[in-house]
Amino acid sequence: MWALIQIELYKIFRRPRTYIAFAAIAALILTIQLGLKLDGEEYVDFMLSGLKQSFDFQGKILNGYLVCYIILQLLLIHVPLMIALIAADMISGEANMGTLRLLLTKPFSRTQLVLAKFFATSVYTLLLLIWMAALALFVSIWLFGTNDLFITKTYYAVQLRADDVFWRYMAAFGFAALSMLTVAALAFFLSNFANNSIGPIVATMSIIIFFTVLSTMNIPLYEKIQPYLFTSHMVNWKEFFDEKVDANNVPILGSVQDMHQISVSALVLVAHIFGFLGLSIWVFNKKDVLS
Amino acid sequence: MQNIISVSNLTKQFKNITAVNDLSFNVQQGDVYGFLGQNGAGKSTTIRMLLTLIIPTEGKIELFGMNLNSHRKEILRNIGAVIEKPDVYQYLSAHENLKMFARLSGMKISDKQLSEQIEMVGLSARAKDKVQEFSQGMKQRLGIAIALTHNPELIILDEPTNGLDPQGIADIRNLILHLSRERKKTILVSSHLLNEIEQIATRVLIIDEGKKMVEGTAEELFDPAQTLVELQTGDNVTAFAEVKNSLWKQYLQPQRNSNVLLKMPRNLLPEFNIWLVQQNIKVFSLQSRHSLEDYFLQVTSGKQHVGTYTN
Repeated sequence: MWALIQIELYKIFRRPRTYIAFAAIAALILTIQLGLKLDGEEYVDFMLSGLKQSFDFQGKILNGYLVCYIILQLLLIHVPLMIALIAADMISGEANMGTLRLLLTKPFSRTQLVLAKFFATSVYTLLLLIWMAALALFVSIWLFGTNDLFITKTYYAVQLRADDVFWRYMAAFGFAALSMLTVAALAFFLSNFANNSIGPIVATMSIIIFFTVLSTMNIPLYEKIQPYLFTSHMVNWKEFFDEKVDANNVPILGSVQDMHQISVSALVLVAHIFGFLGLSIWVFNKKDVLS
Repeated sequence: MQNIISVSNLTKQFKNITAVNDLSFNVQQGDVYGFLGQNGAGKSTTIRMLLTLIIPTEGKIELFGMNLNSHRKEILRNIGAVIEKPDVYQYLSAHENLKMFARLSGMKISDKQLSEQIEMVGLSARAKDKVQEFSQGMKQRLGIAIALTHNPELIILDEPTNGLDPQGIADIRNLILHLSRERKKTILVSSHLLNEIEQIATRVLIIDEGKKMVEGTAEELFDPAQTLVELQTGDNVTAFAEVKNSLWKQYLQPQRNSNVLLKMPRNLLPEFNIWLVQQNIKVFSLQSRHSLEDYFLQVTSGKQHVGTYTN
């Protein structure tokens, strides 16, 4: 099994396509950072224009933590596409190349092959996220320094102390890993049904877009199904950037406003990952390999 | 002789199409087993069922005396296969592909052994090149090298000469003969190139529309009594009349072209030749046209699902 995993990883990282996602993420993040470095104060002024009439802001609002938050908000919608590029190709790509036939004549079970492939996909997904975290967080801190993180929510604003932010990013990236693994598991599952990767990639993105639209529409009928859609839970990494306040309305350092919601969302995502993986194993074991 | 492959009542149904229909056959140790059939006859489907790529609708498959369902891993460890196109990873070199598939077969293979394997199929000069730069023939040879890396007892080759030029076809034929005679491998080879099978197979199975038409040793199938003789003379009309009025008349066949056709035991050919000379018939050519192809066409065009010519 270990040999199988090593070989799957070897195949992923020997393909030029794999590095497209890493290059694209680097290009996007560096572009955002460059823009904010050159013209960031104006962007922050615009962001806070409504609040500046009521509040007096002191200190360095545009700092590495805020830049990272802006980047995550912008990119976590696009990263699923990068993940689908590889995950949706894991089985369909082999079918397209014809190598699936040769692979399945080797002495291991189909379940082992699916598990090894999914494990390798997960490693790729996590590495992509670590790459994103390194660029978005550490490079932003290096370029912009650190300070308190000030973010605006729909009806209120949150100010997190500088020494209370870093761990929230680590937790948020951990949660984002679950979200991205869910996308990877979906793309991987759809990969079972096609003989080239275009179909599963398009299908994965279509499902994510469709579910995201349903997740964000405040229509009573849709609100009933929203808790069951994984897309409703994928964005809950933001919950780590909200803190509790005590009876005197003073923020409690190191607290999270709605930890229960985060736990429920994490469980829903884990259930989806195992659900899609289980379905993949079932479908793949029943599959006649004709191509 | 031990049965290496034993297939009983194998059937595969794809929705409304029966690709393989109640097929049974045995391949014995040391056989070069020719699996013949027209395109769509069910050869590839059968081979894929032997390799667990396709799940049978009904029937039983045993390899090396073990049930394929319950001993899949042990069985596949002893099989090397090339299935139609030998598709490998285009972005890897021949050497890398070979090494990777050897590992997948559970083999730790040294670079020296890999080089020997590559040399055996004549790819030494291109071993480090990416496969995407290879011709179809080179890919086919690499596919065979991959199939042999783990030194399997049984080699299954599905249409191994597809897309190859005459030299490539000859190379594959020689390789199969080498594997059979020198390395004592059991080989199942499917093809629609009948003359190729005729040259290498020790036993032959012909299937059509998923059903067994006939099975037997090459000698049994190429029955000398079925030899078709085509006679071309200076005056075919006269020659035909002469034959018709002689004892050779019993072998005379309806004419398909201007030449005279007879079907006779092969050992009577010299005697027939002497008789023609004695009759002063100017013989331009006397060709024994018997081949597996004639037999194959005869069997498959009649669609007669006959029994087995076995020992």
